[in-house]
Amino acid sequence: MFTAITRLPWFVLLLPLASAVVITLFTRRWKNVSSYISVAAVLGSFFCSCAIFVKADISAPEFNWIYIRGVFNVPIAFVLDDLSRLMLLVVSGVGSLIHIYSLGYMRDDEGKSRYFAALSLFMFAMLGIVLANNFVMMFIFWELVGFTSYVLIGHWFERDSAAEAAKKAFLTTRIGDFGFMIGILMVWMATGSVVFDDIVAHLSRITSNPDYLTIAAVLIFCGAVGKSAQFPLHVWLPDAMEGPTPVSALIHAATMVAAGVYLLVRVAFLIHASQTALLVIAWIGTISALLGALLATQQSDIKKILAYSTISQLGYMIMAVGLASDEAAMFHLFTHAFFKALLFLAAGSIIVSLHHEQNIWKMGGLAGKLKTTFATFAVGGLALIGCPPFSGFFSKDAILALAYGRNLPIFIIGLTTAFLTAFYISRAVIIVFFGKPRSDAARNGRESPLVMIVPLLILAFFALVAGLEPVAKYFLIVPHEGESGVIVSVLALSALALGVGIATWLYRNREHDPFHVDLIRHRFYIDEFYQWLINRTQELLARIADFFDRWIIDAGVVRGASGGTFGIGSLLRLFQVGNLQAYAFLFGLGIVVLIYFTIFR
Amino acid sequence: MVTLGDYLLVSGVLFTIGFAGVMVRRNIIIILMALELMLNAANLSLVAFSRFHVDPTGAPNYNAQVFVFFIITVAAAEVAVGLAIVVALFRLRQTTHVEDISSLKF
Repeated sequence: MFTAITRLPWFVLLLPLASAVVITLFTRRWKNVSSYISVAAVLGSFFCSCAIFVKADISAPEFNWIYIRGVFNVPIAFVLDDLSRLMLLVVSGVGSLIHIYSLGYMRDDEGKSRYFAALSLFMFAMLGIVLANNFVMMFIFWELVGFTSYVLIGHWFERDSAAEAAKKAFLTTRIGDFGFMIGILMVWMATGSVVFDDIVAHLSRITSNPDYLTIAAVLIFCGAVGKSAQFPLHVWLPDAMEGPTPVSALIHAATMVAAGVYLLVRVAFLIHASQTALLVIAWIGTISALLGALLATQQSDIKKILAYSTISQLGYMIMAVGLASDEAAMFHLFTHAFFKALLFLAAGSIIVSLHHEQNIWKMGGLAGKLKTTFATFAVGGLALIGCPPFSGFFSKDAILALAYGRNLPIFIIGLTTAFLTAFYISRAVIIVFFGKPRSDAARNGRESPLVMIVPLLILAFFALVAGLEPVAKYFLIVPHEGESGVIVSVLALSALALGVGIATWLYRNREHDPFHVDLIRHRFYIDEFYQWLINRTQELLARIADFFDRWIIDAGVVRGASGGTFGIGSLLRLFQVGNLQAYAFLFGLGIVVLIYFTIFR
Repeated sequence: MVTLGDYLLVSGVLFTIGFAGVMVRRNIIIILMALELMLNAANLSLVAFSRFHVDPTGAPNYNAQVFVFFIITVAAAEVAVGLAIVVALFRLRQTTHVEDISSLKF
């Protein structure tokens, strides 16, 4: 049973955990040792993942974790279909590159051991999500990635903004996770199982009640909304950029935020059964895509531009899920993981060489100084805007073609988003890499060390080729575009050309941002609205609680009891007149009354 | 011929005198005596009832008379205790007037 082959999935999962444990327990002091352990673990995971990917029919031993006969059964078991094998490869592959890159980026960091331990723990949790074959296991790992994301965003916790951002990310995603949990419970109540295969087998039990199914599907989608930073829970992702850049690349661009999409594809059997849920998902994705792209156009922090871009691209994936094409969603997830991680890492390379300067208006003219970084950033940008033959072209085109065929309003918004995407990333490239340097740091920028450049080059290679049909076919099912392919491609390319053109025309040789759209600068006041809403609801709750405490508990129960006793006591005190005869008289009167009542009544 | 009604009348008069004594007199010893009077009024009516409550053979029902003996015994004990309290009270307060004993009043 335990052959070398069947052990592989366990190795994939447990190597990063072992690394996290070893670093936390033993090698905290030796920072370099810690970092090498972590990198070795993730590389081990990656090689095992490769082996699993190549071996088609592989199964891992499983065992029961919680087993209540006929009621509740949670096995620790893995699902190893095409979907999870691809995800394993993406997660551990991009993860490996980012681990290596981190060696350079976090070279002199005080908390290097803590950083790498958390990164390893994250890899463990993320691979756990990918491998989980049941809802409960997935939910546990789901929460674990949330926790590691919290730790890593708050890596520089001595900075208040980082601590705040970590808290915000954790709490915001928790809102979604709560919905996810209720969704899981609803599915379990209806089908009596949390294991995906069993749910598929008993799907009719839940599809027989369409409203129930819709609510359950939308609640499960809530989890994805939180983790994938979709509207209305997108507010945490831009703030999460307070974390180190490799973390932004790994967790907040390539893997964890894509976990929401993976979840939806994993439970597609549920979601596809409800048209309403699909529509909700498609529109949430569309709104997020447009919103993210719009907000990205006015940001001046390079990482925040990329963060909003991530929201927007994840919106595309969710849109594809909502349009009932898991292939298109996974295709875009696959290419996005490469080019967005690439963009982040290239941005990180700029940030490092400029001594942690993130404001694009303090950069400029870096194309000549950071040649490799520029080249890789450009590749990432071209892939992002969907310029052929870069990978993003194929995957985005697939989604747009899908929308064209199934829902025209969504297609139009998707196209607008494509235009905006081209606009904002061209804007960033022009401001950062061209024109004159706008600060001393930008004038003295130097190229980053090799350990950071090599991952960039590898990712750039994949961002270039991952979408090409022969390559992509090897990894996953490439969706067919159908007859609409040409029209959509032409429209998408003209949107792209328009976006790039306008951005070039507007931002060439500018010293300052010529536009100030307050509405977009302030993120449509969504954060302010949430602040206001939370303050209000908290105030209201506090007032209700205060009223209850003051008037019901205090005045009613506590003072009521004491006051009642006191009042009755003082009433009875009136009878204590101190005259013996009066007592005797009352006594006699009492007897008379008693006799009256016993005899005459 | 003396009837049950006559006995009950005397008993009622005695009880009323006793009750009035308890109500109006201020000396605690007199009150005790009046109490005894009320007790004996009850005794008298009990004996009268016993005497007039005859069974078919003509024998009276002695239960009540036996009960009266008990009452007399208890009354004796009560008087003993009561007078002892009065003596103790007098030692404490140098008075037997009930108006002077009002420490229960708030």
